[in-house]
Amino acid sequence: MDKMPKWADVVLTPLISLFLAFAISGLVILAIGESPWEALKTMVTGALGSSYGWGFTLYYATNFIFTGLAVAVAYHAAMFNIGGEGQAGLGGLGVAMVCLFIPWPHWSLALIAAMIGSALFGAAWAYIPAILQAKRGSHIVITTIMFNFIAAALLNWALVNWLRPIGSMDPASANFPASTHLPKITDMFAGFGIEWGKHTPANITFFVALLACLAVWLLIWRTRLGYEIRAFGKSESAARYAGISPTRITVIAMLISGGLAGMMAINNVMGEGERLILNNVEGAGFIGIAVALMGRNHPIGVLLAALLFGFLYQGGGELALWTSIPRELIIVIQALVILFTGALDNMVRMPLEAFFLSRRRRGTAERS
Amino acid sequence: MDFNTIIQILDSSVRLMTPLLLACLAGLYSERAGVFDIGLEGKMLMAAFSAATVAALTGNVWLGLAAGIAGSLALSLVHGVASITFRGNQLISGVAINFLASGLTVLLGQKIFGLGGRTPNLSGGARFSEIRLPFADQLRDVPVIGPIYADLISGHTILVYVAFLCVPATWWLLYRTRFGLRLRAVGENPASVDTAGVSVTRLRYAAVAICGVLCGLAGAYLATGLSAGFVKEMTAGRGFIALAALIFAKWTPWGALFATFLFGLLEAIANRYPNLEIGPVTIPSMFMNALPYILTVIILAGFVGRAIPPRAGGEPYVKER
Amino acid sequence: MTAETAKTGGPAAAPQDMPPAIELRGISKAFGPVQANKDINLTVARGSIHGIIGENGAGKSTLMSILYGFYKPDSGEIRINGTPIQITDSMTAIRAGIGMVFQHFKLVRNFTVLENIILGAEDGPMLRPSLARARTRLRELAEEYELQVDPDETIDELSVGHQQRVEILKALYRQADILILDEPTGVLTPAEADHLFRILNGLRDEGKTIILITHKLREIMEITDTVSVMRRGEMVASVRTAETSPEELAELMVGRKVLLEVDKSPAQPGTPVLEVRNLRLIDDEKVERIRGISFDIRAGEIVGIAGVSGNGQTQLLELLGGFPEKGAKVSGEILMNGQSLDLSGRRSDAATRRARGIGHVPEDRQDEGLIMDFAAWENVAFGYHNTPEYSNGIWLDRKAIRTDAEGKIERFDVRPPNPDLAARNFSGGNQQKIVVAREVERNPDLLLIGQPTRGVDIGAIEFIHKRIVELRDAGKAVLLVSVELDEIMSLSDRILVMFDGMIMGERDPETTTAGELGLLMAGVTDTPAEGAA
Repeated sequence: MDKMPKWADVVLTPLISLFLAFAISGLVILAIGESPWEALKTMVTGALGSSYGWGFTLYYATNFIFTGLAVAVAYHAAMFNIGGEGQAGLGGLGVAMVCLFIPWPHWSLALIAAMIGSALFGAAWAYIPAILQAKRGSHIVITTIMFNFIAAALLNWALVNWLRPIGSMDPASANFPASTHLPKITDMFAGFGIEWGKHTPANITFFVALLACLAVWLLIWRTRLGYEIRAFGKSESAARYAGISPTRITVIAMLISGGLAGMMAINNVMGEGERLILNNVEGAGFIGIAVALMGRNHPIGVLLAALLFGFLYQGGGELALWTSIPRELIIVIQALVILFTGALDNMVRMPLEAFFLSRRRRGTAERS
Repeated sequence: MDFNTIIQILDSSVRLMTPLLLACLAGLYSERAGVFDIGLEGKMLMAAFSAATVAALTGNVWLGLAAGIAGSLALSLVHGVASITFRGNQLISGVAINFLASGLTVLLGQKIFGLGGRTPNLSGGARFSEIRLPFADQLRDVPVIGPIYADLISGHTILVYVAFLCVPATWWLLYRTRFGLRLRAVGENPASVDTAGVSVTRLRYAAVAICGVLCGLAGAYLATGLSAGFVKEMTAGRGFIALAALIFAKWTPWGALFATFLFGLLEAIANRYPNLEIGPVTIPSMFMNALPYILTVIILAGFVGRAIPPRAGGEPYVKER
Repeated sequence: MTAETAKTGGPAAAPQDMPPAIELRGISKAFGPVQANKDINLTVARGSIHGIIGENGAGKSTLMSILYGFYKPDSGEIRINGTPIQITDSMTAIRAGIGMVFQHFKLVRNFTVLENIILGAEDGPMLRPSLARARTRLRELAEEYELQVDPDETIDELSVGHQQRVEILKALYRQADILILDEPTGVLTPAEADHLFRILNGLRDEGKTIILITHKLREIMEITDTVSVMRRGEMVASVRTAETSPEELAELMVGRKVLLEVDKSPAQPGTPVLEVRNLRLIDDEKVERIRGISFDIRAGEIVGIAGVSGNGQTQLLELLGGFPEKGAKVSGEILMNGQSLDLSGRRSDAATRRARGIGHVPEDRQDEGLIMDFAAWENVAFGYHNTPEYSNGIWLDRKAIRTDAEGKIERFDVRPPNPDLAARNFSGGNQQKIVVAREVERNPDLLLIGQPTRGVDIGAIEFIHKRIVELRDAGKAVLLVSVELDEIMSLSDRILVMFDGMIMGERDPETTTAGELGLLMAGVTDTPAEGAA
């Protein structure tokens, strides 16, 4: 028998971990002489109190959905893809090339092409670590870390030596043509005559991200490929017994993962920046790790966790604006969430298991 | 390129490799004991911050050094609790530690100094000064050996010499002592140590603590030796280069010396020649900066020698029947 | 039960009434809801060899782990040489003179023998003096007990038998008076096992106390002085070996009369289904695991492969099943229904083998046959998930799989009959039934089946044996690999014996004897050329 009910494992453990992470964050705020309660109020008002706040929260959440799903898909195949940062950066390069070098008649076509372009570039960047893991046994965690740095250097080079418009000193590409500008959510509301989230970057990509959640769910739990990915992730020897090729699954799972990370670029590069700048990913690739861990690698969990981190990001920005708490507080919270949900999960789970076990024992004792 | 330039580049390589070497040896202890550590970066950052802060507040670099070690050790303890006591995922714990350091240093720095995460510039007794070895000036004019002794070997801070001494010391500890034997065993097959009546937990904590101390030295050197104070994200990926060097070194102390020297040299060359021209080809500095990572991937791919990590690395130890 | 009462425990006791080396009183241990040891009492006299026998999961290893300080008992008392002792960790056990040779060796593979010996028993903080002393002591021990082994060789380079010697030496170096060996012969050839027994006899004559854990009756009868039987966590009997019989022990072990004979009619072999010609396999470490073997299996017969584990049987099964170890090089020819199989190319994978009509119940169901975290119904499709019955375009046909799973669970009497339960929550026997149901009901032309009843309870053994015979009677070919000689002899229509990657000979189960097979398993053969043919 399982040691504790499934609901407890799926819902209770992450909630307690989250609570611990926030409790310690509160202590950190206290330690720097601020009030956690005030901080929370500022964050909630700033991120959720207005459609303006929501516009940013959803924008950030969109990034994190993509990078969170990327980590989650790889995780199902028992791989820890820390390379989301580099893959998303390369995705940006793909988006820039699609938008700059091809004249698009309409944004919808540009969006589809940019989705393909970003996914291809992100996937390509994940391909090398994947094939090295599959064929040569190079540890994917280390190679993806290395590839983050290589990606940063590559992007730096591309922006300085290639995409930078002549005469500009800024390591950034030219602005994308207007025909590639994606509709903002505020524009969509305006279409219905409702004023919502003016001057916020949330755009149509949010709905693409929701579709991506659905697609990943279908992939993992409904398709033959998903079955193979999960089986391989649980046991490589069993997968081989069942005729599932470890090389194929490693590569495919990483391609999907890298593609998802790359697609983040349609949100930040195409939807918000409308040009490619240096360091455009801003750590979203790493937040994907926290999001996937907190969301237990399930698309619904990833969606909820991404919204939470979107809130934290927007709220953190507001904190820096209205209080003397730097926005780096978010990085601390992010670190604590990763620590408690990903590395210290046994610390939470062990007492819980003991609790449910003793309850069950008592239950059976009463029945007999 | 004349002789003096070469000496200058080598001298700068030595300075730049020192934090890499200390961090690489730190990783070596931890990983040889079977605890993967991708949190070297965070520990160095935390150490750099604590060292610079205390040095700035007290004006005493030695107190700064102690604080740096303490800061790094605190994060090591977190890593130990997560990956040894609670048998959590060592990689995830490492990632968390990197972020924790990255956030906390700015938060605390802003609180203490209000300079947006920086510490004030350190000077005088708040910094490690350069040590002039005996007869450095007298020997400078001797051809070849003179400049090597006076400009390359002499004139570094104490931590540079400590770092270099750590290499033979680590070798001796690993291969000549009881502690080293047990440490290597626990990274290869912890069950062998456990059944021999030695505590796996204690050994691994010891290794993780040594790792913390060395990362502390590395970070303190960055903030109080190489630079004069702490700035946000000042480790700038050095922890990961150290990790790369460790793989390059195949987890051996002398290998670590060689690998970190190579990476230090690359950085020194990139610093001196932002666009290195070799014949008609111009090599951009970005490429030089990325070279350690590219080389490591090539090594990992096994095209140039195979890097085999300690067998039990990354695996929490669970007693089995 | 035991006559000795150490309560008064005075020094007045005569030498022959010396306190027993080991005395366990009322030891109990539970893992979560599982009671692994229940109120165990055990007395082992000094200078004797005591066997503990029981089925897999009977609690033998748990009990010994408690004695070695790996687990803390929930209740009970341990006495060593009459003194009560709390064994909180392995160090306490070692200090009390207990040494343990585990089934899976606890050696550091890239260390030398010497380094392994001193690990944890060094004389001081420096290695050199410890190594020097160990070298001398090792030489003495080697001469005393026939335990020769090169002290400077790394473990990786040693044979399994020699690795085991290192483990024994480790214990002796720590001056163990009590030596516990857990299933020591599982990986040994009969010759190596004989050598081990000689060593053990020598140790006993020196006054050491030895506990031998095994599930092999033959070994118990051969070497022990006294024997205890464990069943489902309880100690059901302790007797003098001379006063019991294998039949009685077997009955005690399983709790009722064992039906080792399988009810089956004579085989009616048809045309060859599988033809293996000069098959070779060289593994990643350049060791030739299968050395040019040839054999046929015809429709309607069960061919059993007997052998000590580790003589190439596993590699043979994996190779036929389409998943040889990574990096292995294969040569030779295999014909399935007259058509050759791809041995190393793209079509050499397990999925293609299944499509060609080869079903496979693997040796290790937990690591290969099942995904332990998947629900039972998901496991029913494992390996066949891409077949039209179970899929629909890119989708998995979950409804079809579930319906099929419910049917299989009913027909194979899998308990509890809950298709949503994860595989790990079923007992060993029921897990195996899920695997057997999946493979047998595909009606394969050839069924590969490895260790079909390892860790399976008696009721399920009979059930599984019946299904295998039914498949044969339906005109299918079966290749059975088992380390249980009894199983091979009662189930097979022909027996091939493997030793060191070769087939040493073929025997008719009706006419051969366990002794004859044992000799072949040890590599002793009257027709040495046969393997190379």
